[in-house]
This record gives sequence, structure tokens and C-alpha cells, in this order.
Amino acid sequence: MSLLDVRDLSVVFQRRGERPFTAVDKVSFTVEPGQTVGLVGESGCGKSVTSLAIMGLLPKRGNKVTGEVLFEDTDLLKLRPDDMRDRRGREISMIFQDPLSSLNPVIPIGVQVAEVLERHQGRDRKQALREARDLLDAVGIPDPQRRLSEYPHQISGGMRQRALIAIALACKPRLLIADEPTTALDVTIQAQILTLLKQLVDETGTALVMITHDLGVVAGLCDTVNVLYGGKVVERARRHELFAHARHPYTHGLLNSVPRLDSPRGERLHAIRGSVSDNIPWAEGCAFAPRCDNVVDACLEGPPPLEPTATGGDLRCNNPVSEEVAVR
Amino acid sequence: MSDPITQAGTPAPRPGDDKPRPGMSERSIGLLGDRKKARLDELARASAADRGGISLFRDAVRRLRRNPVAIVGATIVGLFVLMAIFAPLIAPHDPVQRFDELTKNLTVDTIPGASGEFPLGSDPLGRDFLSRMIYGARQTLFVGVLATLIGLALGVLIGAIAGAFGGWIDVVLMRLTDVMLALPSLLLAITLVAMASRSSQWTVIFAVAIVSVPIFARLLRGSMLAQRESDHVLAARALGVKERNIVLRHMLPNSLTAVIVQATLTFAVAILDAAALSFLGLGDPDINRAEWGLMLGVDGQRYFEVRPELAYYPALAIIVVALGFTLLGEAMREAIDPKNRR
Repeated sequence: MSLLDVRDLSVVFQRRGERPFTAVDKVSFTVEPGQTVGLVGESGCGKSVTSLAIMGLLPKRGNKVTGEVLFEDTDLLKLRPDDMRDRRGREISMIFQDPLSSLNPVIPIGVQVAEVLERHQGRDRKQALREARDLLDAVGIPDPQRRLSEYPHQISGGMRQRALIAIALACKPRLLIADEPTTALDVTIQAQILTLLKQLVDETGTALVMITHDLGVVAGLCDTVNVLYGGKVVERARRHELFAHARHPYTHGLLNSVPRLDSPRGERLHAIRGSVSDNIPWAEGCAFAPRCDNVVDACLEGPPPLEPTATGGDLRCNNPVSEEVAVR
Repeated sequence: MSDPITQAGTPAPRPGDDKPRPGMSERSIGLLGDRKKARLDELARASAADRGGISLFRDAVRRLRRNPVAIVGATIVGLFVLMAIFAPLIAPHDPVQRFDELTKNLTVDTIPGASGEFPLGSDPLGRDFLSRMIYGARQTLFVGVLATLIGLALGVLIGAIAGAFGGWIDVVLMRLTDVMLALPSLLLAITLVAMASRSSQWTVIFAVAIVSVPIFARLLRGSMLAQRESDHVLAARALGVKERNIVLRHMLPNSLTAVIVQATLTFAVAILDAAALSFLGLGDPDINRAEWGLMLGVDGQRYFEVRPELAYYPALAIIVVALGFTLLGEAMREAIDPKNRR
């Protein structure tokens, strides 16, 4: 049994007077206990909306969420709001992109860590603060006793993200969703935070869904990677398979557009043609077709199906990059 | 194929980064050293001051103390507050007692001016004008504070409910405040006082309070709605925090700053409005009560040609105290604005 089994999850934004927009289109993926799964794609591909839908945090108004989100065989989408609230922070936690704005500016760090312990573990404030200090210590915040009484604006960006990780992992959840946890941090801190996350999920056996557009993050952390484009999974593969033999032209293009230390001086960076807005509805064909180098007639005759590959992944492409062509 | 991690990883430290660069003279290094040292000292002092959690409130107070506008405002307000508190000690005479020395000189055309024992002279009833001015601070501040607090409490309640629940509750409450905002505030206050069967200082306080409610309610509702969409509220939801605590611990405390600043400014307006009501004869009917608006409106107006000081002093007092609160309010607005944080 998978820890998390997302089946045909769709999110449609419905605004009065506007055409409905399908942000997430029948996305399916699974997360095994203790596994780290990546959701990768560029801005607007639906990765954040997917995570908010799993957490049940999308506003009720204007959003239609369909499909199933099975967490240990319970469909989270069918839970009463109160039941879901009891699970959030205890069984499933989430870390957001911007550590400063994700912390309450008028409450000391210690109280913010304590709050989740009081909420889910029934601790009193004193006991919760003691545990909060240990948690801050565990995420590598120096002088945790003093940090307890400090406010978010008084500590550095890296420390804020560490504090948020401490809050998210306070109740030892079985699943942690990290939505671009390192985007707002500078490069050296990014590496530290990723190392910390990896170490903590390894120690506690927490499964991790890593949402990112940074392929470096995926390479260092994820067991399995789902590449999203236009709200659909276009390729799914084990990490090494993906980096060695990306089959989907989009994934292939993404990997080729990463700057490399060993590329010849003066060589221009590879770029995928066009922009995210140059897509066609999936009903018409492959959304990536207008930007694709490998486009064939079939790409404009309806959506290509997601089919298993020989290497154990899945691929949604009529004319994939051949397996022999390694990424550059 | 090289591993992509190495490409996205940490940049290698550049050798020689911490060595002095060639071509830099000894002298310039020395200068830099001095400046660096001064900067270090400054930083050390700042971080010493920072030690321990400094709340937004204390941070704001610290910035207030550096702002001359705030100091002027606070001094003015402080003086008036002291005057109000210690009125019985400061005032040379009982404010309600009629003195024979003064009444014997009172006629329709003459009101005794300054004399040895009565520095500001008499009021039209033969009472000591200075003592009444001093006791007036008490009454005026009392009305202002109470009216502002009641207005603040009601406004926060309405704004918080509208902002927290949203939907039709928000629509109904906000349309009600719109109606109140549509009427000129003084006109509304006059109407409210006129509706009361018997006017007293409480009808004035209540009327002035009600007038300030819609502003507080709108302000708070606006910032509550902004907070509702904020990342840290989403993060709190993601932790399963209960809706009640999201409103009370996460949305409300972050929304209050604008309202607190507004309260200081409202305070000045409340004093002016209360004075205006008294001036119009809608205030407290108690002739013994010393209140600047009343003194300005009734005595000052009626005897302006006989003794204009009866109007000047209360008017000046009202203007100065209102100015004090306005300066303080403006300074607070600046101090509390997180964009000004240094």
C-alpha cells in the first residue's frame, strides 16, 4: 500500500464570467513510505496547485477539485474539514517557498513551534516550549534557547526556513510536502537546507514530496521524478533514468538548458523555444507541441496517452527522444 | 556525463579572497581598517541592544523615541495628561466656587481680568478662569479617551467579524458602515445627541464614539482580508491550526497596527467633536462642569466682545492638545510601518 496515492487529480478554476481553466489535469502519482518524490515543472505547470489540493488548502469558492487523494487508503478529498484539519500538521505537513512571509511576524519563533505541539499533541505551553527548543536544536539552529523568544525578522533567512522545517516536522508527520523550499534562499543556504531536509527525512522515515523547478534539487534528493507540463504528468522516471536518458523532449530540453561547468567557452545556453503561454489545450493535442523539436502529425490529433516505458517509468509522447541520445 | 548536482551546487571558494589585493597601498588599508572598526563597534552595540526578543511594539517605541515629531507630540500630550491628573494640586482655586471679589465687579459689560489671586481673571459667573481651564483638561481628555476607546472597541469588533467571516456578514456590516460614513460625522453626532431624551456627558461620549466606529471597522476589515490571503495564515492552515486561533492569533494581531495609529488620530478628532457639540449647546448641561468646548461655545461666544480671552484660552487649549495627539499619531504611523524598519 502506498502512503499517498493521487489518482486522476484535477483542479479547475471557475471564475464567474470567465472560461474555466484546468490548472491540474488528471494527475496521478504515488509516494511510498519514506520515499522522496519530485514534482518538477516551470511556473504555471500546476505543481503548487497540486500540493495545495492534496492539503485541502484551496479555497472552496471558484475551485473544483476532482479525483482521489488516498492517504493510507483514506480519501483526503472526502474528509470533513475538521477531520482534515486534525491531520494537517500531524500526519501531513507542508513547507512553503518564502520563509519570512510564512512565519507570523508578531509571534516569537518559540511560540510558533509550540503552537503546533499544543494543537496536535495536547502539550501545555511550558512543555511545548521545551520541546520546541529541542526541535530548533535538531534543525541546526544555534543557541535555540535564545531563539525561542526572538521574532522572525530578527533571524536570518536560512534560520527561518530551518524554523519552518522544525514546525513542519514537530509532530513527526508521515508525509512532508515541500513547495520550493529553497527558492527564496541564496545558493549556499540552499545546499544546507537540502542537506538538512534529506537528513531529517532519512532519520524520521518521513516521505517527502519535493516541488521544485530546480533540477539540481531533484538530482540531489528525489528517488522518483514527475515532470509536469500544462497540468499533466508528461514523464515519470527514477532519478538516474531521468538524468541519463530523458525521453520527453520537454525534460530533455530542460536538462540541456542547465548551465554546465564543462561546456566550451562562448557556447550559448540552450533554450526551449517559446514560452509557457505557447501551448494548446490538451484536448487538441500535446500541449508542448508548439515548442517541441520532435513534433509529428499525431501530436495535433488529441492528447498522447501516458504509457509505461521499458525502464519502469511513464512517458506521454508520440515521438520521444531516442534512448541512445544521452543528455549532451 | 557529469552529474548535474555539481553544476547547481555551491561555488568553489576563490583562492585569495581574504588576502589584500595587490596594488592597494598600506595607507588605504589603514583607513579601511578604521572605518571597519567603527562599523564593527556600531554593529556590536546594535546587536547588544537587539539581544532577546524585541517585539514589534518595542521596536516601534524605540523608533518613536528617535523621532522629534513624536517627542514634541508626546510632550504636549504628556503635559496635558499631567495637568488633568494633578488638577486639584495645580489649580489655585475650586473651579466651581464663585468668589465675592470677582462677582462684585461683574456687570453685563465687564468681566474682571487678571488680578493677583486670579491670574486669568474671572469667568462670567465669578469663578476662577485659570482653575476652570485646568480642570477642563480633565473633562476634555476623559471625554476624548472614553469616546475613542468605545469607538475602537466597537469598530474592532465589527471589523474583525466582517474580516474573519467574509461572505454575506461582511457585505451587511460594510454596507452599514458605508451608510454611517456617508453622513458628515458631526451631523451624525448631532443627530445622535438630539435623539437622546436627556443630554449628559454620556450622550456626547457615545455620539462621538459611534461616529468613529465605521473608520475603525473599515480599516481593520481591510487588513484582516489582506492577512487572510497572507502566506503565514496559509502556513498556519497547513499546520491544522483551528479557525478560531487563526483569526485570534494570526490575523487579528497582525491587523491591529493600522487601527492603533488611527486611534491616536481619532483621539484628536474626538476632542474636537466633543468640543463642537458643547459649542453648539448639545453638550453636557451641567453648568458646574468645566469643559473647554463648553467654555468656548457658551461663555466665549456670548461675551466675546466683553472679554475675548474667554474664547482664546479654551480654543488654544483644544488646538494644542489636538495637535499633540495628531503629531503623536503621525509619528506612530511612521514608526509602526514595517517598511520604515531600519
